[in-house]
Amino acid sequence: MNILLLALRRLAASLPTLLIILAGLFLLLQLAPGDTVDALMAQIGGGDPATAKELRHYYGLDISALSQLARYFLRLIEFDLGQSAIYGKPVASVIAERLPVTLLLMSTSLCLAFAGGTALGILAARNIDRWPDTLISTVGLIFYSTPSFWFGLMGIVLFAITFGWLPAGGFEEVGSGLTGLARVIDIAHHLVLPVVTLALIFLATYLRIMRASMLEVRGLDFVRTARAKGLGETAIVIRHALRNALLPMVTLVGLQAGTMLGGSVVVESVFALPGLGRLAYESVVQRDLNTLLGIVFVSALLVIAVNFIVDLVYGQLDPRIAAGR
Amino acid sequence: MGKLLRRYLQNPAALLGGVLLLVIIAVALIAPLVFPRDPLSLAGRPLQWPMANPHFWFGTDASGRDIAAQIFYGARVSLLIGLVATSIAIAIGIVIGALAGFYGGYVDEALMRVTEAFQTLPNFLLLLVLVAVFGSDITTVTIAIGFVSWPAPARLTRAEFLTLRNREFVQACRVLGMGDRQIIFREILPNALPPVIVYASVVMAVAILLESALAFLNLSDPNVASWGNLIGSGRGVLRTQWYVSAIPGFAILMTVLAVSLVGQGLNDALNPRLRRTIT
Repeated sequence: MNILLLALRRLAASLPTLLIILAGLFLLLQLAPGDTVDALMAQIGGGDPATAKELRHYYGLDISALSQLARYFLRLIEFDLGQSAIYGKPVASVIAERLPVTLLLMSTSLCLAFAGGTALGILAARNIDRWPDTLISTVGLIFYSTPSFWFGLMGIVLFAITFGWLPAGGFEEVGSGLTGLARVIDIAHHLVLPVVTLALIFLATYLRIMRASMLEVRGLDFVRTARAKGLGETAIVIRHALRNALLPMVTLVGLQAGTMLGGSVVVESVFALPGLGRLAYESVVQRDLNTLLGIVFVSALLVIAVNFIVDLVYGQLDPRIAAGR
Repeated sequence: MGKLLRRYLQNPAALLGGVLLLVIIAVALIAPLVFPRDPLSLAGRPLQWPMANPHFWFGTDASGRDIAAQIFYGARVSLLIGLVATSIAIAIGIVIGALAGFYGGYVDEALMRVTEAFQTLPNFLLLLVLVAVFGSDITTVTIAIGFVSWPAPARLTRAEFLTLRNREFVQACRVLGMGDRQIIFREILPNALPPVIVYASVVMAVAILLESALAFLNLSDPNVASWGNLIGSGRGVLRTQWYVSAIPGFAILMTVLAVSLVGQGLNDALNPRLRRTIT
C-alpha cells in the first residue's frame, strides 16, 4: 500500500495549509467592523456598557487576539464551529443538513463534465484540424465564456417555461409525500438543469485538456508499437492511449474542486437548491459571519479530501508513481 | 514584434477575438455620447420589448430603465473591473512568484504554502467573505477580485524564475555587482514576463465572470450599471420578459469570449511550435 502512504504524506503536508487558512480567516474577522456583541446589542435594541462587558466576557472576546486565536483553533479541532445567528442552531448541524445536496450536485456534474470532456476530447484529437475538431473546440470555448447563472436562467426559460419539460427550481416536489424510487426519480428530475448548467462550464476545460493530452500521447512510441502490432484504432485509443492521457484529467479534478464549489454557490442560488452554496449566500446577505466562516472551513476540508482521493486514483492509473518513491 | 503581429493576424480565431474586443472597447468609450443620460434613471414605460419602441433598441427593464444604455455603460464597468482586478492580481502574483523563484529555500517554502492556502479555498467563497466583511462598493469588489486571483500568476512567475535564475546573464549581473532587487526586476522579470502577460487574459476573463456572478447575486455595487446587476433584476420577470436577462448575458459571453480568443491568439503567436498540440 505504497500509494496510500504517499497520499497520506501529502495529506499531512496540507495541514499547515489549513492552519494558514484558519489564521487568515480569523484575522479577517478581526478586521470586520464591530463584533458579535455589537451585533447582539443592536438586535436587542442597545444596552448599558456593563452588559456589553459581561457579554464580551461570556463570548471570550475580552482577551487578547492571540489567545482568542488559540481558543478558536481548539474549538475547531472539536468541530465546534460556533452558533449560527440566523438559524439559532450550531453551525456544524446547519452545514451538515445542507452538505448532501451540494455533494450530490457537485459529484454528478463532475462525472458528466469528466465523461463528456473525455469523449469530446478524444473525438476532437482524432479529427484534428478537421470540422469536428473545430466545431467541438469552438462550442467548448463558448461554454467556457458563458456565465453559469445565465446559462441556468436561459435553461429555465427554454426547458421549464417554454417547453415545460423540467421543473424551474427546488430539490424535490414539496409536500408530495413521495418515497423510495419515486422520490429518487423526482429529485433526479429536479437536478437535471442544475447539473447540466454546472457541468457545461467545466466541460470546456476538461475537453481542452483531454484533446491536448491525447495529441501528446498519440505521438509516443508505445502507440506506434500498438499500431504496428495491427491493433484497431479504437483498441489503441481505449486500451493504450486513454489510460495515459487520463493523468492530466485527474489532476484537473483536484485543481478544479474549489472552483466547482464556488460555481455551485451560484447555481444553487439560480435553482433555489437548499445546499451549502445557497447557505453561503444567505449568510453573506444576513451578515452571519460565523456560518460563513464555517462553510469556508468545511469547503477547504472538502477540497483537501478531493485532492487526497485524486492522489489515490493517480497511483491506480500510473503504477510508476506508487513504485517511484 | 512585426513578426509576432503577422503571426497573430494570420490566425482567424485570434483576429475575430481582436475585432470583437475592439468593438467592445469602442462601445465602452462612446457610451456617454450615445446615451448622455444616467443609464440607471427612469427612461420610459417599464418592460417594453426590444424594438417595440424605436427609442429603446433593447427595450426597457422592470424599473423602466433603458437596457441599451445599461449595456453600453456596462461594457465600461466590466472592462474596468476586469482590467484593474487583473492588474492587481498580476502585480501581487509577480512579486510573490519572483521572490519565491529567485530566493528558493525557506522563502519559497513559506510563500508557496500561502499560495497553496489561497488555492485550497474556493475563490468565489473567499470573495463572498471579503464582500461580507468589507462591504460591496465597486472599489472594494474590484480589489477583492484581484486579491483572490493572484495564486495562478504567482505560480507561473515562480516557474519562469526557477528556469531563469541560474542562466549566464544572471551570473554576469552578479559578477557586475548588481543588487538582488535590480537583478529580479530589471534583468530577470522582462524575460519571465511574456507567458505571464498572456496568462493575464485568463485572469481577466475569470475576473469579469466573477464580478458578473457577484452582481447577479445582488452582492456587488447596486449603483453602477453592471451587466450582472441587470441579469439579476431581470430574474423577477424571467417568465414573460426573458430578454431583460438574456441581452446582458450575451454581452458578458461576447466580452469573455473576446478576451479569451485574444489571449489564445497571443499564446499561439508567441509559441508557434506549440500551436499544433496546445491550442
